[in-house]
Amino acid sequence: MKVPLSWLAEYVDLPAKATPDSVMAELVKVGLEEEGSHGFEVSGPLVVGEVLEFTPEPQSNGKTIRWCQVQVAPGDVRGIVCGASNFEVGDKVVVCLPGAILPGNFEIAARSTYGHISDGMMASGRELGLSDDHDGILRLGVMGLDPEVGTDALELLSLNDSAAEVNVTPDRGYCFSIRGIAREYAHATGVDFKDQIGNAQPELGHGFVVKIDDPSGIRGKLGCDRFVARHVVGVDATRPTPPWMVARLKLAGMRSISLVVDITNYVMLELGQPIHAYDFDKLTGGITVRRAKAGEKLVTLDGQTRKLDVEDLLITDESGPIGLAGVMGGEATEVTNSTVNVLIEAAHFDPVTIARSARRHKLGSEASKRYERGVDTNVAEYAAARVVQLLELHAGGSADSLGADVNQVKPTAPIFLPLEFTTSLVGVDYTQEQITSVLSDIGCVVAQVDGGFEVIAPSWRPDITHKTDLAEEIARISGYQHIPSRLPVAPPGRGLTLRQRQRRQALSALVGSGHTEVLTYPFVSEEENSWFTAGLPSVKLANALQEESSQMRLRILPGLIAAAKRNLSRGLTDIAIFEEGSVFLPAKKITATNPLPSGIERPSVETLAALQSTSPAQPKHLAILLTGERVKQQTNVSAAAYDYSDAIEAARAVARAIGVELELKSAAPKGYHPGRTAELLLDGKHVGFAGELDPRLASDNDISRRVSVAEIDLEVLYAAATGVRQATPIMVMPAATQDLSLLVEAELPAATLQATIVEGAGELLEQIRLIEDYRGSNIPEGKKSLTFALRFRAEDRTLTQVEATESRDRAVALAHERFGAIIRA
Amino acid sequence: MSGNPINPSVVDPVVEAALAAIAATLDIASLRAARGATVGEQSEISKLNATLKNMPNEFKAEAGALIGAARGRLNQAFAAREAELAAVEEQAKLVAEAVDVTAAPTKLAIGGRHPLSLLMDQISDVFVGMGWEIAEGPEVESEWFNFDALNFDADHPARAMQDTFFVDPVESHLVLRTHTSPVQVRSLLERELPVYVLCPGRVFRTDELDATHTPVFHQVEGLAIDKGLTMADLRGTLEHFARIMFGPEAQIRLRPSFFPFTEPSAELDVWHPNAKGGARWVEWGGCGMVNPNVLKAAGIDPEVYQGFAFGMGIERTLMFRNGVLDMHDMVESDIRFSQQFGVSL
Repeated sequence: MKVPLSWLAEYVDLPAKATPDSVMAELVKVGLEEEGSHGFEVSGPLVVGEVLEFTPEPQSNGKTIRWCQVQVAPGDVRGIVCGASNFEVGDKVVVCLPGAILPGNFEIAARSTYGHISDGMMASGRELGLSDDHDGILRLGVMGLDPEVGTDALELLSLNDSAAEVNVTPDRGYCFSIRGIAREYAHATGVDFKDQIGNAQPELGHGFVVKIDDPSGIRGKLGCDRFVARHVVGVDATRPTPPWMVARLKLAGMRSISLVVDITNYVMLELGQPIHAYDFDKLTGGITVRRAKAGEKLVTLDGQTRKLDVEDLLITDESGPIGLAGVMGGEATEVTNSTVNVLIEAAHFDPVTIARSARRHKLGSEASKRYERGVDTNVAEYAAARVVQLLELHAGGSADSLGADVNQVKPTAPIFLPLEFTTSLVGVDYTQEQITSVLSDIGCVVAQVDGGFEVIAPSWRPDITHKTDLAEEIARISGYQHIPSRLPVAPPGRGLTLRQRQRRQALSALVGSGHTEVLTYPFVSEEENSWFTAGLPSVKLANALQEESSQMRLRILPGLIAAAKRNLSRGLTDIAIFEEGSVFLPAKKITATNPLPSGIERPSVETLAALQSTSPAQPKHLAILLTGERVKQQTNVSAAAYDYSDAIEAARAVARAIGVELELKSAAPKGYHPGRTAELLLDGKHVGFAGELDPRLASDNDISRRVSVAEIDLEVLYAAATGVRQATPIMVMPAATQDLSLLVEAELPAATLQATIVEGAGELLEQIRLIEDYRGSNIPEGKKSLTFALRFRAEDRTLTQVEATESRDRAVALAHERFGAIIRA
Repeated sequence: MSGNPINPSVVDPVVEAALAAIAATLDIASLRAARGATVGEQSEISKLNATLKNMPNEFKAEAGALIGAARGRLNQAFAAREAELAAVEEQAKLVAEAVDVTAAPTKLAIGGRHPLSLLMDQISDVFVGMGWEIAEGPEVESEWFNFDALNFDADHPARAMQDTFFVDPVESHLVLRTHTSPVQVRSLLERELPVYVLCPGRVFRTDELDATHTPVFHQVEGLAIDKGLTMADLRGTLEHFARIMFGPEAQIRLRPSFFPFTEPSAELDVWHPNAKGGARWVEWGGCGMVNPNVLKAAGIDPEVYQGFAFGMGIERTLMFRNGVLDMHDMVESDIRFSQQFGVSL
């Protein structure tokens, strides 16, 4: 809400030196956050001048300029070149004299142009920042003004006013008005609130038929519970809007449109009551407020044809719909320049009804914004009367007695506020006097009753319905700075969960081995989602920011590939990155579900279970991407590039940090190099893949080098890891070591052979490590020689080489039996 | 008895000469040569020794002892000189092995945590230290947990203000959570009272990326529900938190505000004593006393239990705490950004 200070000053006494900043500094204390200050960015000298004479001078560029003699003060006539031709001799105009500054920091100086010295400028509405009008210069006479020559035009046009803008939270609809802001300013500063609408009941019209026909409403609430109509005749709709009103509307963020519309907007800004003006002569019979019927249509003011929904609340006459209640009026009954008789509507509509219509038709308006947040139920007749008054004053109209006031507003129910409640919530010892005084200040009617207070909230505070709302008001107006400080003692906690600790250990392990954590957006394209998976349903966004990122990721790797690409484009050549985060794996295509239960009570066990089951599975994954060199070429060190094995090693490091050991199996999943990829398993369960990225996928992403990747499902690891690990005694007897070379089929995976050796050797084998994979001379075609280093140890004695050899021979026998392995001498 | 041909006047010069030869050696090799010359078969002392067997018996014992003592002295001298020379040679070898340690190669790549994830961990530790627990929840969330249970009913104007990403079809009633508050609801539904939980996590709003906005960002929210908690407990908790994050001089300020899920509600400013460009007040987050409707949605009697909640943006905290100027740095995955922080903030 933008608040012109001159307007605010009509409702409260502002200090002489008040600025938008000083006003905002006060308002923030009561919960209206500062948004900024606004002004016209114009400074003088700007004066009223009179055109004494002018000579049209055609120019070679086809334009005709006017060389004018303009009196700007008694005895001070200036020569001014003007490009406009909408004025006449004798017109009073706004003259910007040398030294004046216009919006955009445009400084006026005497300058030589079209063969004259132009000693100032005659300004248009746009040049002054007052309007968008640039068809010609401002003619003060046409605006209904006849000031003395030399009058300060800044003052005349209210260009010296400025506005404070504050953010109004959704519970404070009344603050979308000067009157409401003024109340809050009074609360913040302690100055008196000078209500301008007075206490006298304004005149009400009668005899115009208004019916409210809304038997069921929405959620049992009547769509319209107040409808005030007033009739004003003999209006001259072509008259200019007074400049002070234009300036205030402009500062408040609204454009001047025409006198009648400006007046309705002006009153809305001042009192918070949206007003609609109908051309009375275009109405057919009386007005009925009702819900739309299926198939009904309405052409709204903006020229759009709206298909109406049966929930839409309409203003109708005997011809059909003439307005979407509280949102936008209809074109057919619009006020135009030829309008003579006006019907003014000041109504109160149900917030939910208006909010839904505004959203349904994507038609947020100044009116709907106010209705959604709740309009004062007791201001309609005052607002209507104010419009009547302004139409009489500025449009030459006169009110007659025709009108209506349908009032079905229910009385506000009293709220019981227990004596100690506010203190027990806020932690400040408020006295009874403080409580009564604050509540009275904000407009409540307060009665002391047994054990507390009975409070009736004011008509402009529909948000106050519960004792907590009252407690908040007491805390807010008294000031949050009085709240003391106390550190609560939580019951003894359990620390981080096992899973939370494991996550940190995994991330630390990767960082410790030279990997860098990144966080990418989880939004991907359909194509990116197909790089590593096939046929999986995905979560799609209904309102993605970009079409190419409208799906939630099934895997993290596409994000890491994009991240690698960006790093490479920035000249970073060696990249080892990882990300831990959710992937989104709906079990099936996402479809509509039952309407949601209300949030006013705990849903049943079944309903809660159903709610929880609608969220798709979102397991935590961890993905790793490596490219470039792990070790750089340096003195006495040769370079080592990242390869598939580094990806596998990183995956293993993660698993070990979590407390489990992975098994490897060769695999050829989508997106990976078919010959350089391992499936990672844990007790036979799939954990993920690690290996080299399919080089074709890399080159599709403009990465010309080899990339190694891994992606693992952390959930499988978390589920398998146990919290408390049991110790194995350390055996201290001397060990026996042997190397073993076995000749096997080249396709036999080393891990399979190793597992067989472990199984065959039995418990004496303490450690086994593959040290060589040899193929070539002396090895038959299709075979390979794998050499393992073995370490044997017994728990209770020094092991002899004979015992170690026996153990080794059992391993060889088993490997021979299974795979035809033979010892290579 | 007199006249023993092997007497000190004969032996001593031999020993002295041999000791001089030992002392004159410069390395192990010359010491070995000196050993041959002074105690070897052809040495003076061996020759003296060889004369023993032809000596009259009455001289033998004395002469033998004299020569034995001389050999002992020489052997000792050899051992001592050998140790000396070995130490010198080892020292020389070490000197010869010297390298330019300032040119030590780097074989392990530099890693680093992302500062946002690090900051969430660090904040979690502050609260774990106070006995709180860390709660997590799904990012694609039912609207019921994200809005309805938090006192945003379907028509609440604040619900439209949230700039929500909706899952297709919209009738699935699934959204990308707009805040971590649904985790609070889940905590209240699932946990035993009292509840003291902190919910860090990733959240989503339909803002385009610019220097200060990102559609994907992180929050941390705290929730405490117990008997007798007041806004004073809220202030105390936030003050403690602020001091740990920003130093012992940090202060907090509460300003009235509105959130559907709290009442009274407040904006939270922190006095940041070490801010770049000088100490100042910085907007940090929102907070308030949990709205009784939220407790009711979780089946908790608001007449018995009440409590407070607070939340702040991690990106924003990182920006003013660690001097990050542009949101792009936090989302673009440039490895240099994470690496400059390493594993601590």
